Amino acid sequence: MTTTAPSAPTNKLGMTKQDYVGSKSTLCAGCGHDSITAQLINAAFESNLEAHMVGKYSGIGCSSKTPAYFFNQAWGFNSVHGRMPAVATGASLANRKLINIGVSGDGDSMSIGIGQLVHMIRRNVPIIYIIEDNGVYGLTKGQFSATADLGSVLKHGSVNELPPIDPCTLAIELGCGFVARSFSGDPKQLNAILKAAMAFNGTCIIDVISPCVTFNNHDDSTKSYKNAKDHDFPLHELGFVQYSELENVEIPAGEAKVVTFPDGSKVSFRAMKEDHDPTDRFGTLKLLHEGIEKGEFLTGLLYVNTAKPTIHDTTHIVDTPLVHLDQAALKPGPEALAECMDALT
Amino acid sequence: MSSSAAASGTAEETKTLVNDFSVEIATVNGSGSQTANSVLMRTIFQMGVPVSGKNLFPSNIAGLPTWFQIRANAKGYVARKHDIDLMICMNPETAKEDVAKLPSGALVIYDEPLKLNELRQDLVFYPVPFQKLVTASCPEPKLHKLVKNMIYVGVAGQSLGLDMEEVKKAISKQLNGKAKAIEINQAAVQAGFEWSAANMPAQTRLKIVRDDKTKGQIIIDGNAACALGAMFAGVQVLAWYPITPASSLSESLIDYADEYRKDPATGKSTFAHVQMEDELASAGAVLGAGWAGARSMTTTSGPGISLMSEMIGLGYFTEIPGVFFNVARTGPSTGLPTRTMQGDVEICAKCSHGDTFHINLYPGNMQECFDFAYMSFDLAERFQTPIFVVTDLDLGMQNWASQPFKYPEGKFDRGKVLGQKELEEIKDWGRYKDVDGDGIPYRTLPGTPGGKGAYFTRGSGHNPMAQYSEKPEDYKQLVDRLRAKYDTAKAWVPKPIVEDTGSKRGILAFGSSDPAVKEARDRMKAEAGMDTSYLRLRALPFTAEVDAFLTSMDAIYVVEQNRDAQMLALLREFYPQFAMKFKSVLHYNGQALDAQTILDQITAFEK
Ligand SMILES: Cc1ncc(C[n+]2csc(CCOP(=O)(O)OP(=O)(O)O)c2C)c(N)n1
Ligand code: SF4
Ligand SMILES: [Mg+2]
Repeated sequence: MTTTAPSAPTNKLGMTKQDYVGSKSTLCAGCGHDSITAQLINAAFESNLEAHMVGKYSGIGCSSKTPAYFFNQAWGFNSVHGRMPAVATGASLANRKLINIGVSGDGDSMSIGIGQLVHMIRRNVPIIYIIEDNGVYGLTKGQFSATADLGSVLKHGSVNELPPIDPCTLAIELGCGFVARSFSGDPKQLNAILKAAMAFNGTCIIDVISPCVTFNNHDDSTKSYKNAKDHDFPLHELGFVQYSELENVEIPAGEAKVVTFPDGSKVSFRAMKEDHDPTDRFGTLKLLHEGIEKGEFLTGLLYVNTAKPTIHDTTHIVDTPLVHLDQAALKPGPEALAECMDALT
Repeated sequence: MSSSAAASGTAEETKTLVNDFSVEIATVNGSGSQTANSVLMRTIFQMGVPVSGKNLFPSNIAGLPTWFQIRANAKGYVARKHDIDLMICMNPETAKEDVAKLPSGALVIYDEPLKLNELRQDLVFYPVPFQKLVTASCPEPKLHKLVKNMIYVGVAGQSLGLDMEEVKKAISKQLNGKAKAIEINQAAVQAGFEWSAANMPAQTRLKIVRDDKTKGQIIIDGNAACALGAMFAGVQVLAWYPITPASSLSESLIDYADEYRKDPATGKSTFAHVQMEDELASAGAVLGAGWAGARSMTTTSGPGISLMSEMIGLGYFTEIPGVFFNVARTGPSTGLPTRTMQGDVEICAKCSHGDTFHINLYPGNMQECFDFAYMSFDLAERFQTPIFVVTDLDLGMQNWASQPFKYPEGKFDRGKVLGQKELEEIKDWGRYKDVDGDGIPYRTLPGTPGGKGAYFTRGSGHNPMAQYSEKPEDYKQLVDRLRAKYDTAKAWVPKPIVEDTGSKRGILAFGSSDPAVKEARDRMKAEAGMDTSYLRLRALPFTAEVDAFLTSMDAIYVVEQNRDAQMLALLREFYPQFAMKFKSVLHYNGQALDAQTILDQITAFEK
């Protein structure tokens, strides 16, 4: 199965990191999106992700191209602009065991696709949904997106006069059980967030500031590398320990807040900026709104709630993935039809 | 009171129409008339007389005018009848118009205070003191409005010769055994019946006499029939958004699946249904589920199909199965949302941008609604593409009598799907390779273990190995193969029903036009000695049988319910060589098609 030299380290599934890569990226050199792809590959390798169980979904945009650049052994679905959430919803109903990873852009998710995103969150479809957020439409050559900050200036000089939509406050407002923000230039934090998301069961919204070096990386842009570095305030130092690793890695008691996921994995939060409780929804919203007023963007795993029912619970479907059911389980017999006919005479 | 009836005398001069007339009931939406009308229709059905019922309702919950048309016909003609023989006027707002449109000699039962008898001299009027009767028969004033409608069932029933025992049976059936409601309604019917027997002049013009033509039959609407077909086809995922006239298809399916698709051990379902946020999302979820290997479907009408069209193009281009039920209504835009039209022929045939042709199924009766719904899942998976089952409001929401459906024996056709074992034996599988020369490639499903079979689905250009490609030859090869696949479907879709009488004068129709065409053909033959051959189209692509029929006819009347002759446009596109033979018979006013309309238009062409 592995294609690299036998010396390459393998994970618990016997896979090398090379087994998690995809085709070569065709994005601009230095594009933030590529760093996110790299962390997805690292996190999947470290989390022993079963690649053949992964469905990779996207809409349309530079960001939405990236599922082709990771997990060659997974099934990919590059759909239409903004409408990936529904596609993932259908796939997740068909096969509840699929591990769903969606990659979208700020244009894809906050404009054309905002309706679908909102309803996917509301239904709590299990998916790691990454918004690669650069404040512009990269693929159509640099128009403003709905996450562009007020007063932000485009390369050719036009100024954004509309307020931004913040994906994280929106997601928390909608009751999303896993909401995080990170920066493509902070691989360590992004890695921890992605691994935590891989252990979570439910919709994970991860807004990753991901500068567009071609259209939105100048000094007047708020989504440039420089601006992001200057204003990124990690709320906490994140630790993620997968359930299977817990014996080897102990989280020192008392030092950090620890949230345990249903699969037994643990996420630890060691406060950096403030002593923020990621399970306190109102507190998180207050903190985020204050951050927005001050022009800071707070990063980390902002909010977690592990207790929400997923779409598989609310549709009351059988535990076996629907696609694994055979005809005997799906087609009622002649006596059922006879009964229906009798009722109609 | 009976002066107008006596004065007119028209009824006495005309012969009795036994088991062959139409009744129209004009009421107010939301007044409970639906139950009364269904009881009337069902009673005639129970008395063994072929009957159809059409509800002409407004897009409104309560307060606007609504009409119900019942047609009894011993010969089994169940299309709408052009002329009304008995009018029951319960709605003051429309009463004048209702009376004005009647043919001379028609009977009118009306609410006495409306004084309709002053409007025309050539009708037979029967005033009924409904309010008095309601007050006397129903002690609860709250229920008077609802019960008033049951009184006309009693009055008309007595006059037409309906068997009151059958009326009672119909009431219990309609009210699903709810004892209190049954009691109140039966009392009202009885009051109407007794009043009519004692006070209303007997008429001999319209009569129902017991027959045995509906023995063993069921009454069902097309949406419920489609829902049953889908349930027995094992549909696993339904993603839908409410829209008249399609909602009841999804709702029936959900009800049936609740009964028959639950795992008895756990109470959990083998069927997932989600009411999506809009049709864009419904179509997306259908494709996502189909891509992952489930049998998936949605239900919608014209406005929804318009919204879905981008996704449908994606499904066509990336080759994903999914079933799209379109119950057409009168468009464009909101149009007449509660009226019928075969208005989505072209959009369903070619839905989306670029070059697209879709497999379409056109059921023409209840058995076919069931069969084609069942079959559509096999076809979708065999051809790995969105399939349209196209009906309309007339088929979908109206009540039709039918023989009980036959159980669809046999195995599902899950199409060309490779599992782990097959993949291990194949050297160089490519998702979009045409291995068998039929245009249909082999697919794999996400989650297949073994490290083989993963591929990338993309709406952008791709080569047979499913890799991104903008090469001219790759694009052309792909769209040519998709067209070849469509042509392969000719051998798989339902063949047309052809009745070649030897006449070179052909009629081509489809879907809900069938009953009216049958009647029109019989009448043209009986009344004018004009013989016709008939092809009832049941699917796209056009099959060899269509080629043969068009070739052999001298003239072909294409009957359809839209302004722009949409089916004719498709025929012209595929058969330009026959362009001169085609003549268009069109009907598009929101009402169901009737035989007279067809007859008039064909006769005019033949002059
Ligand atoms: C229906 C539709 N409308 C418009 C487009 C054109 N389009 C392609 S990508 C894009 C915006 C992408 O922006 P974003 O999601 O932020 O992705 P980025 O390229 O910035 O990563 C648009 C408008 C399209 N593909 N489909
Ligand atoms: S245009 Fe911007 S977003 Fe697109 S690849 Fe280039 S840098 Fe990335
Ligand atoms: Mg963007």
